[in-house]
Amino acid sequence: MLKQRKGVLFWVVLIGASVLFLYPFLWVISASLKPRSQVFDNKLVPDQVRPENYVDVWQAAPVLDWFVNSVVVALAAAAAVTLVSSIVAFGFAYFRFPGRNALFGLVLGTMMLPAAVTMIPVYLIWNSVGLANTQVPLWAVNLFGSAFYIFLLRQFFLGLPRELFEAARIDGASHWTLFWRIAVPLCRPALIVSFIFELKASWSDLLKPLIYLRDPELFTLPRGLKAISDQFGQSGEQQWEVVLAGSVITTVPMIIVFFLAQRYFMQGIATQGRKG
Amino acid sequence: MRAAVTAPAKVAAEPDRKERIRRWRKGFRRRETWAAYAFLSPWIIGFLIFMAGPMVASFVLSLTDYDALGSPNLVGWANYEQLLSDPKVAKSLANTVVYSLMVVPGTMIVALALAMVLNRVGTRSAGFFRTLFYLPEVTPKVAVGVLFLMLFNGQVGLINEFLGLFGIQGPAWSTDPDWVKPGLVLMNLWSVGGTVVLYLAALKNVPLDLYEAAELDGASPWRRFRHITLPMISGTLFFTFIVQTIAALQTFDEAYTAFYGSTASATYSSDAALFYLIYLFQQAFQFLHMGYASAMAWLLFGIIMVITLVQVKVSKRFVYYEGG
Repeated sequence: MLKQRKGVLFWVVLIGASVLFLYPFLWVISASLKPRSQVFDNKLVPDQVRPENYVDVWQAAPVLDWFVNSVVVALAAAAAVTLVSSIVAFGFAYFRFPGRNALFGLVLGTMMLPAAVTMIPVYLIWNSVGLANTQVPLWAVNLFGSAFYIFLLRQFFLGLPRELFEAARIDGASHWTLFWRIAVPLCRPALIVSFIFELKASWSDLLKPLIYLRDPELFTLPRGLKAISDQFGQSGEQQWEVVLAGSVITTVPMIIVFFLAQRYFMQGIATQGRKG
Repeated sequence: MRAAVTAPAKVAAEPDRKERIRRWRKGFRRRETWAAYAFLSPWIIGFLIFMAGPMVASFVLSLTDYDALGSPNLVGWANYEQLLSDPKVAKSLANTVVYSLMVVPGTMIVALALAMVLNRVGTRSAGFFRTLFYLPEVTPKVAVGVLFLMLFNGQVGLINEFLGLFGIQGPAWSTDPDWVKPGLVLMNLWSVGGTVVLYLAALKNVPLDLYEAAELDGASPWRRFRHITLPMISGTLFFTFIVQTIAALQTFDEAYTAFYGSTASATYSSDAALFYLIYLFQQAFQFLHMGYASAMAWLLFGIIMVITLVQVKVSKRFVYYEGG
């Protein structure tokens, strides 16, 4: 009875929006293959295809190093935060103990704290132990877990039937066994969500690499892209085709990850909403 | 709610305070409690080293003239007094607030419109379009900043070429101080995908019989939207309102990438894109005024707290919680 008529306007909005969302990607890929003089002709199909732009950016900057750095840092950050947050989340989900609610409130509270407040002292800590110009500060903080993922994983652990754990306890399983052999295998999708989200966050981060990394060969891709954009786009000869090739190299890996793990991205966002 | 361990105590009416403290202390003698704290220990240690400690340190630093080279001297509230008279603090704060006032409602309205459109297509195709809309959100903000410079270029950019088709002479988005922030807002609307996904999920949860009943009563589409849809998804709207505001007040990546690469750029010198976090970053890590930057961080923290509290207060009047 609630038959919804889909008028012309409906399809115009939907298709118009789709074009708007997709067009910049096509524009970038197309422009990154154009010779310098044609970058801004704004044609979707290049008159002249010039794949050498990618060779140019390769030669102008240690792009391969940056790529490897980005992969290593993002994997370390994602693995660390997922493993440790799941341990802490299990602690909150399974046990009944004095101080639980207060501590969990504190965990949630830390999500409100702007990073700017702790940024300077945390930098001074890493500097004082001689790790300022290394990649360690980009991921090592994740070894202590992170509030959002603790919240997310706790939700999933709470959804597991308690009898499962009680039966295992009666059979003499240790708490660690409950976590590692029962909770973790059952919550694999949630762990993947956490891994993927942190992978994306770490891959995209600019502020931390700006603060910590001085030597260009230590840069991650976003930090490197910033350097390329400063050097080739905004000053000098305005070699935007090089900057564009760099943008594509920075963006494409995450898009591939997204297509492989779409389902988990969508689940992660859904959980984010439940926080409210 | 609580498991068997504490169930008998619940039978006794309202245990008094002494009793509660006694139970609390007894709790610490149980092995389970120690096991629980063992599981929590990584977070607790991390909290002390990377949050609580730095917060105290940051506040102490904000009372000093620390410059990362010499040793810090206490200067009392001087940094905070200087904040109030620093024209760049005022400018960057104004930029950030103006930008947030545009980008937050803009994102919410566009995302809601798109989610409502998606809510009307079949589940299959909704999944396809949802993926498409989300795609820009996996693009690193640095790349978004670079893209902004090119697409919004005043002379040769795609946006102005498009406007030209309608006979509109587009502004110099990336250099005209009046148009830099609106341009950045438009660019950021590209990444509304995450919010669309959230709103779509919320819309799917609105019971259909509400709409059917309203239609029987002859309610117009607008009234159905105003009196059913909006109240039913107000929880999600409110959540994104708070999260987006906090994020907008900390805008950094795209503006820093686009405008803080070369000191020769017009926008660099006009300060039109000097966001609060950019100025804070410059003070801390370029001029090494770490004491002053710490005071700036606390001002930001205070502003975020006040804004969030006001939002929570105001929302109490508008947000509908089912069964609450």
